[in-house]
Amino acid sequence: MALDTPAINTVPLGDERLGELLVEGVSKWFRTRRDNVHALDDVSLHVRPGEFVSLVGPSGCGKSTLLDIVAGLTRPDAGRVEADGVPVTGPERHRLVMFQESALFPWLDALGNVLFGLKLVPDLGRRQRVETAMEHLRLVKLERFARANVHELSGGMRQRVALARALAPDPRVLLMDEPFSALDALTREQLYDDLQEIWRTRRKTILLVTHNVREAVCLADRVVLFSPHPGQLREVFDIPLPRPRDINSAELSGYASRVTAALKSYYTRDAML
Amino acid sequence: MRRALIAALFFAVLVAAWQAMAWSGRWSPVLLPSPGSVAEYLLAALADGSLLEATGVTLRRLLVGYAMGVAIGLPLGLLSSTWEVVEDTVGVLALGLQTLPSVCWIPLALLWFGQSEGAMLFVVVMGTTWSVMIATDTGARSIPTVYARAARTMGSAGFHRWTRVILPASLPFLVSGMKQGWAFAWRSLMAAEIYVTILSGFGLGQLLHYGRELNAMEQVVAVMLVIVLIGLLADKVLFAPWERFLHRRWGTDARGA
Ligand SMILES: Nc1ncnc2c1ncn2[C@@H]1O[C@H](COP(=O)(O)OP(=O)(O)OP(=O)(O)O)[C@@H](O)[C@H]1O
Ligand SMILES: [Mg+2]
Repeated sequence: MALDTPAINTVPLGDERLGELLVEGVSKWFRTRRDNVHALDDVSLHVRPGEFVSLVGPSGCGKSTLLDIVAGLTRPDAGRVEADGVPVTGPERHRLVMFQESALFPWLDALGNVLFGLKLVPDLGRRQRVETAMEHLRLVKLERFARANVHELSGGMRQRVALARALAPDPRVLLMDEPFSALDALTREQLYDDLQEIWRTRRKTILLVTHNVREAVCLADRVVLFSPHPGQLREVFDIPLPRPRDINSAELSGYASRVTAALKSYYTRDAML
Repeated sequence: MRRALIAALFFAVLVAAWQAMAWSGRWSPVLLPSPGSVAEYLLAALADGSLLEATGVTLRRLLVGYAMGVAIGLPLGLLSSTWEVVEDTVGVLALGLQTLPSVCWIPLALLWFGQSEGAMLFVVVMGTTWSVMIATDTGARSIPTVYARAARTMGSAGFHRWTRVILPASLPFLVSGMKQGWAFAWRSLMAAEIYVTILSGFGLGQLLHYGRELNAMEQVVAVMLVIVLIGLLADKVLFAPWERFLHRRWGTDARGA
């Protein structure tokens, strides 16, 4: 597998804040005509460079909103967000997003989609771009579908192309919003292995939103638990398991059941309101 | 193959019915020319070059006017979809002017430009621009926001965002807008050619008009046929390739979308 590609944005040695994420006291309201939704309430989170953090929580607790804010696509109403030690003012190529719904461009084929971000990377020759794009399609096992149109791919294949597109420009931070929810179990487990390998060799900072607690535990250094109405950060679980991890291992199950128990308490509490 | 056969049969029946009506003798040939006399006129007009010349004149006017209408309407539509200032000013104007049948422009065009090519062009441009602008505006607004958001995170902004994201993303709407613009341009030009008599060129509309003046009904019907044929051909040549592209890439039929 082509995992040892030369990094395009090589992190300069010594600058230990590159890839760091800092969220401090972030609040967000959505005002609609009918309602004023308090999507995030005073959320603080520090993610070390190269750390893998999973966000779990009931639907509507503001996970996607937080990801948007970190990406620079949405401005928080209060609090501050820093990436690489500097305040986030807008989206940036070093923080790429894999959206909850497939955001592939239908006017481009699979390869064209992966190339899109690469074309915006300065100092990259044409040959190099195509090679890098093909490498990443190979990584998600879709090199045979390089010329396929988006509508010809299954939901799972689309998510894999989206993963290739997000990885290809070699961002320092990867923000993933339920990237694996549309995949079958086997492909998903294969991608867990691949993602762990990518994370190990390339040391990306990853924020992963998921509803699958085992997935969260399997991949992350820390699992962060949110509760809704208003969206609040409730608990943080450290997962000190050795890597690479097998999602079916017994120790992993132990951690997962603890997170699930905590998660359940928020669902019931919510139901009682 | 089967579809071509069915189509051929359909038109054969249509012509046969026409012929039967002409033969029945209930209507005078002045009012209802027979298919044969129309064909005769067509052949003669083709042979002496008058038909081809008129077609050439009309197509030139149409293409110039349409190109100008698209060149103005498309950027205006993109602008009004993003800038409220443009939406509230030119956008409202376009909405109003689009409802104005293009024949209504002719008196103004005649006063401003006289009996000239300029008047003709003005009517076509006015008939095309607004509908293209409105279709583009609608198209650009209905792009799923996730495309623009994804593009932004990858570093797309400004001109790149316009040409590589907004424009291709709204292509399905653009193509139907351009088609609509084409229909409007065609209509406006025919109205202009029928009402504006000028010496610089004798178009299909004028041929139609003089056919009526001369009571040459076979000429009127023949020119109408040519106009219909050009419309069909334009659809196949100008728009079908785009629609095929849309169909291939989006997996939808642009007509059904
Ligand atoms: N653009 C918006 N306008 C209005 N309300 C919004 C908007 N985006 C999100 N919200 C609201 O903010 C809250 C949090 O939404 P968000 O999408 O962040 O939830 P989530 O945790 O990602 O949920 P899920 O797990 O279902 O994806 C929800 O109550 C939602 O209705
Ligand atoms: Mg979400």
